[in-house]
Amino acid sequence: MQTFGWPEAYFILRAASWTIALTAIAFVIGGIFGGVLAIMRLSRVKLLRRFAAGYILVIQSIPVLMVLFMSYYGLSAVGIELPPFLAASASLAIYVSAYLAEIWRGSIESVPRQQWEASASLALTRGQQYRYIILPQAARISLPPTVGFLVQLVKNTSIVQVVGFVDLMRAGMLVNNATYQAFQIFTLVGAIYFAICFPLSRLSRHLEKVMNASRSH
Amino acid sequence: MPAVVIDDVYKKFGALEVLKGVSLSVDTGQVVAIIGRSGSGKSTLLRCINGLEVFHAGRIEVAGHNVDQDPKRLRELRKDVGIVFQSYNLFPHLTVGQNIMLSPRITQGVSPAEAMTLARDVLAQVGLSEKFDSYPDNLSGGQQQRVAIARSLAMRPKVMLFDEVTSALDPELTGEVLLVMEKLAKGGMTMLLVTHEMNFARTVASTTVFMHQGKIWESGPSKTLFADPQTPELRNFVSAGAH
Amino acid sequence: MLFQDVISKWPMILNGVMLTIALSFVAIALGLVLATLMSALRSLAGSWAGYIVDAYVELMRNTPFLVQLFMIFFGLPQIGIRMNGLEASMLAMTLNLAAYATEIIRAGVDSIHKSQIEAGLALAMSRRQVFQYVVLQPAFARVWPALSSQFVLMMLASSICSFVSVQELSGTAAIIEQDTFRSFETYIIVTVIYLVLALSLKLFLNWLGRRIFPQVSGLARVTEAHGEAA
Repeated sequence: MQTFGWPEAYFILRAASWTIALTAIAFVIGGIFGGVLAIMRLSRVKLLRRFAAGYILVIQSIPVLMVLFMSYYGLSAVGIELPPFLAASASLAIYVSAYLAEIWRGSIESVPRQQWEASASLALTRGQQYRYIILPQAARISLPPTVGFLVQLVKNTSIVQVVGFVDLMRAGMLVNNATYQAFQIFTLVGAIYFAICFPLSRLSRHLEKVMNASRSH
Repeated sequence: MPAVVIDDVYKKFGALEVLKGVSLSVDTGQVVAIIGRSGSGKSTLLRCINGLEVFHAGRIEVAGHNVDQDPKRLRELRKDVGIVFQSYNLFPHLTVGQNIMLSPRITQGVSPAEAMTLARDVLAQVGLSEKFDSYPDNLSGGQQQRVAIARSLAMRPKVMLFDEVTSALDPELTGEVLLVMEKLAKGGMTMLLVTHEMNFARTVASTTVFMHQGKIWESGPSKTLFADPQTPELRNFVSAGAH
Repeated sequence: MLFQDVISKWPMILNGVMLTIALSFVAIALGLVLATLMSALRSLAGSWAGYIVDAYVELMRNTPFLVQLFMIFFGLPQIGIRMNGLEASMLAMTLNLAAYATEIIRAGVDSIHKSQIEAGLALAMSRRQVFQYVVLQPAFARVWPALSSQFVLMMLASSICSFVSVQELSGTAAIIEQDTFRSFETYIIVTVIYLVLALSLKLFLNWLGRRIFPQVSGLARVTEAHGEAA
């Protein structure tokens, strides 16, 4: 039987880079769709509003695990077999889009109504209002919760093994199957997740403090 | 030729009727003050003129534009009609200069160099040339309101609307804003202002309109209106030193 | 698509649903008690207790639930503590929820104005009594919406317990899928059940909140947690 040593630890550490890559891709793709959904959610067209609200409600009301299974088996049911990394990214992007849409909708809505009125009175189109006035302010407001959500995303990548991808968590499980030294292995795995998540949590809290300070002044 | 024609305008918020058949005409270069208690419909009337509120019956024509809710026509109207709000509503993420240059650049296609000259020009008019690169949050309320006026002026408006622009200011800061407005009035700008500053209305506005319960209760040349109010409501309002 | 094969397994599915509900209920109840105790410790005991609580909360909030579950299920036996999948799941869920709930309750406690505490002390209450009678109830009332969201997220995260062979709803799904080879149909049905469970739980918690905190409508609520998943 193998024992848990440097080669195994190195294997786990290398898999951590896949967790980071997966997080980054899911965040970017999910962010793009989330942004579109947020705008749809605030659209003046009822159908778009309803669709976005329904999508967000459904995704937020089912386990991330089911999002993974559904998109994976759903795609293969229509004959699309994605490589594990793509399958994992696509599924997580669906999850990310719903949560970021909701966070960003809240941020857009917390820009004061008067900013809309003032920019409308200066003859800006709705697109121009979003681009020059509303979104720059909403982006600032959304920064702390967005970074906070990133922590949730990192943690939720730990279940992508169900679509066949070997990430940090899966690497730990593989080493455990070979060595049965679960305590050491999952301490290391947990420590790596913590090393990624904790600085992000602190950053999110720090940004929130900075923003509260500038608001009350 | 009148710059603003308001013809029998009605407006309700739900079941509450706030404008009950208001008619008013403002000539080019004229300064009209609208006074009245809160809830008399004066601010609503002003906001109807540039389409921020939808009215339900009647007609408003301003600077040659008919007011309706078509977005494109509304934007054309708003290029000619400036409004200044009680709460300034400057864009906090943009500097003073950027606040002023934004709309001329993106809605009127003014070149960057021209926009810069324009911004310096209107800032000088309100006496804040040195604040070009400041952010709104670093200015006093009075300074912010003067920037808001400059921002409207940069659109080269034919008509300016002022919605209780000194109400949010400390008394010692109202003077500097009123001074800027007085200068504008003397320069021939067509102005409609909702105000609580009775002195300003009396001395600067050629005509004052007293609104009460959604109607124009009394109107006329400012000096006579204040000196000799005809209705008990206006008499009450004036003698209460109303605010 | 053939849903009959899956639907014919309804007694299994029902069992899975019951276990998901039971797991969630236990974790929410025990987690809330634990969180209340930790919040009291933070507010009342010396700073060392506060540091320990804070460290615990940070540790749990910054590692995945699955790691915590595996640590308990696979790691603890190595130091002589053995439990089955169900026990490990209950413990992991309780400990996880307790950390999130502590963080949420802290926001509520912090939002209680100092004058309230002074008023309590001035009425000759002890610090513990002030916490218990003056601070805790309004603090809970304010953060109830955030707590509710967290409870729903915990119920959804219970699906991860299928990784240690617990036959709750998603564990049941895996078995049905193996039996019937109808993966997509199975997961559609199970997903819809989760959706119904989550929405029902949300409605129930809203109703419960109005029942136990009748004053809540007049209070400024602390904003809901944004997508805080286990």
